[in-house]
Amino acid sequence: MKHTLQQIFHSSKFLTGFVIFMSILLVTIFYPLFVPNPPLEIIAQGSFFPPGTYVSNYDAVFSSTAYTLNLPDASAKRIAAKLGNKERSDIKDYLIKVGVPADQIDTTNTTQLLDQWTKNYDPKANIPGMIFSQQRYYQRLDKSLAGLLSSEGLIIAAKNVDTGALEQVGMINQNDYVNIKEVASVRTLPLGTDNFGRDVLTELVKATSVSLEIGLIAGTIATLIGLILGLLAGYIGGAVDDVIMFITNLFTVIPSFVLLILISYSVGQEHRGAVMVATVIGFTSWVWTTRSVRSQVISLRNRDHVNLSKLSGHSLVYIITHDILPYIASYVVMAFILQISSAILAEASLSILGLGPKTSEVPTLGLMMNWAMIYQAQILGKWWAYFPVLLVIALITFSMNLMNTGMDQVFNPALRD
Amino acid sequence: MAEKKSCLKGVGLTKVFGLGRNKNTAVDHVDFDFSEGEIVSIVGESGSGKTTLAKMLLGLISTTEGEIYFQGKKRDIRSQRAKKEYWTNIQAIFQDPFSSYNIFNKIDSLFLDCINMRGGKNLPYEKKVEMMTEACSFVNLKFAELTNKYPFELSGGQMQRLMIARIFLLKPKILLADEPTSMIDACSRATILDMLLKLRNDTGMTIIFITHDIGLAYFVSDKVFIMEHGKFVESGTADEVILRPKEAYTKRLLNDVPKIHEEWDLSTVDIKNQ
Repeated sequence: MKHTLQQIFHSSKFLTGFVIFMSILLVTIFYPLFVPNPPLEIIAQGSFFPPGTYVSNYDAVFSSTAYTLNLPDASAKRIAAKLGNKERSDIKDYLIKVGVPADQIDTTNTTQLLDQWTKNYDPKANIPGMIFSQQRYYQRLDKSLAGLLSSEGLIIAAKNVDTGALEQVGMINQNDYVNIKEVASVRTLPLGTDNFGRDVLTELVKATSVSLEIGLIAGTIATLIGLILGLLAGYIGGAVDDVIMFITNLFTVIPSFVLLILISYSVGQEHRGAVMVATVIGFTSWVWTTRSVRSQVISLRNRDHVNLSKLSGHSLVYIITHDILPYIASYVVMAFILQISSAILAEASLSILGLGPKTSEVPTLGLMMNWAMIYQAQILGKWWAYFPVLLVIALITFSMNLMNTGMDQVFNPALRD
Repeated sequence: MAEKKSCLKGVGLTKVFGLGRNKNTAVDHVDFDFSEGEIVSIVGESGSGKTTLAKMLLGLISTTEGEIYFQGKKRDIRSQRAKKEYWTNIQAIFQDPFSSYNIFNKIDSLFLDCINMRGGKNLPYEKKVEMMTEACSFVNLKFAELTNKYPFELSGGQMQRLMIARIFLLKPKILLADEPTSMIDACSRATILDMLLKLRNDTGMTIIFITHDIGLAYFVSDKVFIMEHGKFVESGTADEVILRPKEAYTKRLLNDVPKIHEEWDLSTVDIKNQ
C-alpha cells in the first residue's frame, strides 16, 4: 500500500494535478480566515466596478493630516485622466463643425485647445448633423473639463448647525496628498465587483468551496450507488444482474442531463439548495460507474482466489468486501475523482440554465456564471465577473483529470511510458 | 479395491453453458464412482470439460442435470451452512498459484481461516501457531519465515507448497487437484507430487487429479479417466488405460508424451499392435 502511494506521488501528472487541486482547496479553507466578509454582502452602489483599490472620498478629505507633495507630473497625469486622446479628437471634431479652421487646431497643445473650446462651445447651439446623444456627450465633457487647468485649491464648506450658514472647514490644494494608510475606509477589490456590487474574489472563493462540496456529495452518492449495484450485478449475476442491468441500461439510454433538468425543474426553485442539487446530480450520474464496476467484478469473480475464499467457507459479504473490493479499489477511486469533476461541471451547466441552487443563500461557480450572463458582463467587457470563474472551473476539472490519468498510469502498467 | 466405500459418485452429470444457438455442453452425462483413499486422474485436452467437472464437484457452479452422491448420500448444498459443511470434506488446489492467493491478505490469515473452519476458532493463539508451524514443516517451509509476509513475496513453488500446507490443516476427505503442477518448474513438480502422495498416505484422503499430462497421471494414479468433449471415453486402472489403450484419443494423448523422461518412457509398449 505504501509502495503504491509512493508510486502515485512519483507520477508527474498526478503530482501536478494534486498541487493545483490542493492549492485551490487550501485557498478556499484559508481565505475566509483572513477576509471574513460575508460572500454575498453588497458593498458597492452600482455594478461591475473594475478591479482596484478603493478609497473613501470623505475619509480622504477629512483625514487628520494632509501632506503637501510636489509631484512633478501630477497635474499632467490629472489632465491626462480627464482629457485623453479620444476627448481631444472629439473636441477637434466639434471645433471644425463650428467653423474653426483645421490647421489652427493643435490637439497636443492643451492650453490652446481648452482656450479654443471655452471660446467656441455653446451648449445651446444647434449644429446640423449632430444627434441628441452627441449633444449630451459634449455637455458632459464640458462639465468635466471645468477647472481642469486651475491651480487653486477647493474650499470645503459645511453648514453651521446654529446659524444655517455655510462655513469654511477645510481647503484642498492641488498638491495635497493623503497617506493611504491613514484613510480609514480602504478596500482592495482584486477582482472588482459583480453586477450586484459584491466583491467578486470573496464570492469566488466561497463559490469554489460550495462547488467542491457539491462535487464531493454528488460524487460520493454516484460512486456508492454505482459501486453497490455494480458489485451485486457482477458478483451475484443471474436474475439480480438482469434486473440491475435493465435499470442501468434504461438510465444509459435517457440522457442524464435531460433527466437532471427535469428533476431540478420539478423540485422547484424554493427547495433547491446546494445539497439538494448535489443529490440530484449524484442520483443521475451513477450509470457508468455501475457498468464499469460490474465488468471488473465479472472478470474477478471466476478468479481462483475467490473460489478459494468460497471453499474456506466465507460468506457473500465477506468475499465481496475482502476478495473483490480491494482489487477494484484503485479503479473506484479513479472513478470517484472523475465523478467529482463531472458533478462540478454538471452543477455549472445546470446553474447557467437557471436551474441551479436558489440564489439567495450561497454562490456557486455555476451561479456566478449565470449572473454574469444575465447581466451581460461578457457584452459589456466586464471580464472580471466571468473569466476568473471560468478559470477556476477549468483548473479544478483539469487537475482532477490529471490526477486520474496519473493514477491510471500507476495502476495500469500497460499505460506506463 | 472393490471393498472400498464409495466416496464421491456422479450420475448423469451434465453442464450446459448458454442458451439456444450459443448452447455449449461442457460436460455431457458423465458417470463415475470414486472410492475412499483412491487417487483418480481425469485426463484430457484443454477444453475437454475437466475444470468444469471439477467446479461442479466442488459445488462452485451448479449442475444442469444429474446428481452427485457424497459418501452414499445425495449432496445437498442449497444453504450456505450446508455448503460450509460440504467444503470441510472437499477441498481443492488450483492450477495457478499466483492467482490462488488474495494478494491483500497475509499468509497467516489464510491459515487462520483453515483453523477456524476446522472448529479451532477459540484455540489459544500459541496453539494455532503450533498448528501452522506443523503444516509448514510438512511442506518443508519454515512458518517463522513466512509469518507476516504477503503471497507476492514468495515464489510460485513456495506458493503451491503453501496450498498443500493449507490442505494439511483442513484434512478434507477429498482433494481436487486441478493441474497443480502445470505452472511449476520440473524440480518443484516432483516435490509437490511427493508431498501430495505423502499427504494421501498420512490421511487416507481421496485425490482427484486433473491433468492434461497422461504420463503424470500414470505415475500417480490408481484409476484413470480419459475425457474428450465432455465425456469419459475410457476409464479403468492406470495400467489398463495407459498400457493397453483402446480409444484412438487415448493413443493420441499417449503419443504426445515427450520421450525424454526415462521413467515415463512408453516406447517399449507397442501401441499400434494393441
